[in-house]
Amino acid sequence: MSFGLTGVTVRFGSTVALDDVTFTCPVGVVSAVVGGDGAGKTTLLGCLTGMIQPTSGQVDRPDKRLLGAMPSTSGTWHDLTVDENIDFVAKAYGMHGAELSRKRDQLLAKTGLERARSRLAGQLSGGMRQKLGFLLAILHDPTLLILDEPTTGVDPVSRVELWRLISEAAAAGAAVAMATTYLDEAERASTVLVLDAGHTLASGTSDEVLRSLPGAISVAERPHDPRRAWRRGRLYHEWRPDGTASGEQTDAADLEDVVIAEMLQRREQRGATPA
Amino acid sequence: MTARLAEADGVTRRFGTFTAVSEVSMSVEGGEIVGLIGANGAGKTTLIRMLLGLLPASEGRVALFGQLPSRETRRRLGYVPQSLGLYADLTITENLGFIANAFGTDPPADLPEELSDVRGRLVGDIGLGLQRQLAFVAALAHETSLLVLDEPTSGVDPLARSRLWDTIHDQADGGVGVLVTTHYMQEADQCDRLVIMVAGEVAAAGTVREIIGGRTAVQVDTDSWEQAFNALSEAQMPVALSGRSVRVPDTPADEVESVLRQARLSTRVTTVPSTLDETLITLGRAATAPT
Repeated sequence: MSFGLTGVTVRFGSTVALDDVTFTCPVGVVSAVVGGDGAGKTTLLGCLTGMIQPTSGQVDRPDKRLLGAMPSTSGTWHDLTVDENIDFVAKAYGMHGAELSRKRDQLLAKTGLERARSRLAGQLSGGMRQKLGFLLAILHDPTLLILDEPTTGVDPVSRVELWRLISEAAAAGAAVAMATTYLDEAERASTVLVLDAGHTLASGTSDEVLRSLPGAISVAERPHDPRRAWRRGRLYHEWRPDGTASGEQTDAADLEDVVIAEMLQRREQRGATPA
Repeated sequence: MTARLAEADGVTRRFGTFTAVSEVSMSVEGGEIVGLIGANGAGKTTLIRMLLGLLPASEGRVALFGQLPSRETRRRLGYVPQSLGLYADLTITENLGFIANAFGTDPPADLPEELSDVRGRLVGDIGLGLQRQLAFVAALAHETSLLVLDEPTSGVDPLARSRLWDTIHDQADGGVGVLVTTHYMQEADQCDRLVIMVAGEVAAAGTVREIIGGRTAVQVDTDSWEQAFNALSEAQMPVALSGRSVRVPDTPADEVESVLRQARLSTRVTTVPSTLDETLITLGRAATAPT
């Protein structure tokens, strides 16, 4: 079983926020959508939650009671305590009694928030607040879990803990859709959709995205064409649409390289000079 | 010998009974990019504020360009805070004029095309990527010897991020020292050297390769990763998902195999080098474990 978007276009006035985008989220795995500020990630997730009606195309999602969503702002109430946040969301889903109490204890233990139960959400650290947001999103065991940049601004230690929680939710059978700006994170997901200004740059498993780039990525101390090159540490990585000559170093290309190259390619095709 | 642009020597900072930074020694030299990595609350920002002269140290010595931080040292410093330090209700031109005025210099004559096209617009009305680019231009508009960047690329798309890093590398190539904080390991890889802070102390320092050292993780490949993940998780192992593989850092392979055997799972188990992320977790646990 899977959820997702098929050929979805979303227009806001004259702005095309999503242009014929397809995104599949099968149950039991994490599906990632990647892009920068304004790429269309939040619009895509908004279609999945039902907050945004597409101009055209099809959206498959479960009944709203089986949906769990965490916005990029964490979706917690800052002037309520951790326990009060849980009570509030539990009430909205009609959870109570022994079922709620078991679920509460289990999730507080998993997220490491047991000792923060009576603290105001607004006084938690960024990482703890994101974990509370995650807890609220999965409280009612949703079939489709939608996470908007759950790890942005979160420190490395909390990020690994969040990834563990996200993996557990998928392992327990939820379809997980998550947005991120970071490609090393997207590489951990089962499939990746890369958006650039509402347009699909690439999609598939990491390996499929890596193979989708025309030409090759070369690695050298000096680039052939600086407009198609970028720094990775002390070396330059460069997109070579026509491939590389023999003897040139071409290894070490990762998802980050391929996405940068595909963004350059799209700008060249649109007639803009490479930035 | 290369001049030390910024130096902390046995620096401690206490707030009441809380020690935010404890006996930290580190330095940044001309032409190098030093990454400052650590969890929130590990003391990174407190250390930066002491290095910049915004906060006095409780103990130890801080030097900027070989002297105590002052208004004079500030002139040679480019600083991009996380909040960017721009005025949202001024235009791009007005922001650059204001900042140049504060430094007693002229605003930059040439702007990158993307910024030049929108120079008359309010900063609050341009995208986050352009705002970050502008903050860089502003920080570099005066003669800079040391660039301090606090999470410079948060929220920016991969191409814009790579262009900001190109600028950082160009500055370092020209002899500027760079101190940068980031939460992202791909960015940590862009640095020449890292300083890892855990609970106010330097837990490790060196190149990425030196910091990872001989640390390993166990990678488990199987058709039924959910079951493997759940079995290892129930055994209290620090398991994480990576694509359709399951990784367990900092744990011997035979212990992992034993759990998987008991769960009657057919898997392929290999020992692989740790990632920097996984190494950070190990360092964090070592520092906070009861001794």
